[in-house]
Amino acid sequence: MTLTAPAKAVTAPRPPGLRRLWRAVSPYTYVAPFFTLFAAFGLFPLVYTAYVSLHRVELQDPGTMEWRGLGNYTALFGDEFFWTALRNTFTIGVLSTVPQLVMALALAHLLNHRLRGRTFLRTAMLLPYATSVAAATLVFAQLFGRDFGLFNYVLGLVGAGPVDWQSGTLSSQIAVSTIVVWRWTGYNALIYLAGMQSIPSELYEAAEMDGASRWRQFFHVTLPGLRPTILFTVVVSTIGATQLFGEPLLFEGSMSGGISHQYQTLGLYMYEQGWGFFHLGRAAAIAWVMFLLILVMVGANALVARRRSRKEAGR
Amino acid sequence: MTALADPPVPTASPGPRPPGRTRRTRRSGAGRTLKAGPLAYAVLILAVLVSAFPFYWTIVAASRTNADLARVPPSLVPGPHLIRNFEAVLAEADIGKALLNSLIVSGSITVGTVLCCTLAGFAFAKLRFRGRGALLAVTVGTMMIPPQLGVIPLFMLIAELQWVNQLQSVILPGLVSAFGVFFMRQYLVQSLPDELIEAARVDGASTARIFWSIVVPIARPGMAVLGLLTFMAAWNDFFWPIVALSSQEPTVQVALRQLGGGYVHDQSVIMAGTLLGTLPVLLVFGLLGRQIVGGIMQGAVKG
Repeated sequence: MTLTAPAKAVTAPRPPGLRRLWRAVSPYTYVAPFFTLFAAFGLFPLVYTAYVSLHRVELQDPGTMEWRGLGNYTALFGDEFFWTALRNTFTIGVLSTVPQLVMALALAHLLNHRLRGRTFLRTAMLLPYATSVAAATLVFAQLFGRDFGLFNYVLGLVGAGPVDWQSGTLSSQIAVSTIVVWRWTGYNALIYLAGMQSIPSELYEAAEMDGASRWRQFFHVTLPGLRPTILFTVVVSTIGATQLFGEPLLFEGSMSGGISHQYQTLGLYMYEQGWGFFHLGRAAAIAWVMFLLILVMVGANALVARRRSRKEAGR
Repeated sequence: MTALADPPVPTASPGPRPPGRTRRTRRSGAGRTLKAGPLAYAVLILAVLVSAFPFYWTIVAASRTNADLARVPPSLVPGPHLIRNFEAVLAEADIGKALLNSLIVSGSITVGTVLCCTLAGFAFAKLRFRGRGALLAVTVGTMMIPPQLGVIPLFMLIAELQWVNQLQSVILPGLVSAFGVFFMRQYLVQSLPDELIEAARVDGASTARIFWSIVVPIARPGMAVLGLLTFMAAWNDFFWPIVALSSQEPTVQVALRQLGGGYVHDQSVIMAGTLLGTLPVLLVFGLLGRQIVGGIMQGAVKG
């Protein structure tokens, strides 16, 4: 630096080529740490899953891959438990997502009022979100106990017979869904609340002036204003429901999701194939099916949303 | 932080209010500043009770004996056996080691993620380079794809590296947060003025200098929120740790899985383990819950 200093008249750059090169290259050093990790542990595993799914790979020797073509997929589609898991994933998904989002919307609407203890209420509702799947499921499994569980005791007080929350198909799926609903309702309520607060108040004032009742305001101002937020939560919940895993695994602690697989989800089925039966290739095929399922459902959501908003615009 | 600001509330005193139903008072203006009526409070308090009850129940069950739990009617208040059950679970399931491991894993993931994401977020927000748009699109586009779908190749990878049962097998994949990059980018786009960077450049500061002396101080609140969310997610992460680790080197979630897997039959001991494993997150939440709430609502508005 000191050597070149006397040579330049005003502020002529040092070696201009090198400096310009560094200018062009240096931004990449800022994104490099993230993208190195992202490529190795994020992108590569996702893409490579498709390749692995065409091979026989066993857990005892994960380094050896033997070409199997579509064999894993045909085996999958021939397994009745795959279809059971697919069906369960769908029903548990509906049982958990729909009540969760409807209740979250109602709670958000209430939280959007002028309230005492606002921060406390919001924080308390987010408490379940801070709990791990494992902890929440272990507690709920205790509460849902058939013989000594608190829920059955309370049901008994009102004269309803004890429900077998473990072996019934519908009852066990309701129990598993309850855990999901408990953990995520508050989170979604806060997301909706954030969306509601970004709706300009002029819209409400205009509606008020037109004499719209509170209900009409909710349906004609709040809900349309929330549409992008609702789409976001539906997509996130759909993805979450498709890969549901921890709750059914720990509900009774078995990989099969109940004695007759009555609440085994696709995520759990994948884990059972891979780490229960050691078929990593088969598990990869399940992962790929789940991925396609997510793509289809998210695409369908986006399509419905776009058609609805176009219809709205055409009005 | 604008998303956190509460809507303006009309402050002029309305004079004597009609007693009782204030909900429909005409002056309450926009729907968002309506005053909540007793029914709204009742529903919200019920929701809080439902949210909190499982925690209370964990304390009750963890402080009783297994025989207490099998009694009808069940006992609804905590009993005297909490310490004994803690001792039992520490001895049987090695929760102590699990807590330490979780602290190491979640701490490393938090520090690493916040650093990586701030660096990348700054580049995406303020630096110009070829392929910026495409790289950002890839990052955002894969944000929604659950990492759970990649566990099989990831497992093969760490088996190849002989990392199974070692903490780095959980830490390194945990550092990948596309959401974090996007979050920090949005934060810096909004809160870091271009003029500040240009002024520093005119003064001859290098990009690295600008990053450490200008970007990081301004980004600090965003980094804190990202750090909190990352810590909680890392602490609670379930699928990958139970695949990559075993009971010899457990995180809290791996230990809880062991507890629930029929290894321990005493329900009150299981609940004691659950309580121990949840306490650290509850502590963080108790101290910083407000910021976490803010972070989630902020992310929602921007996302």
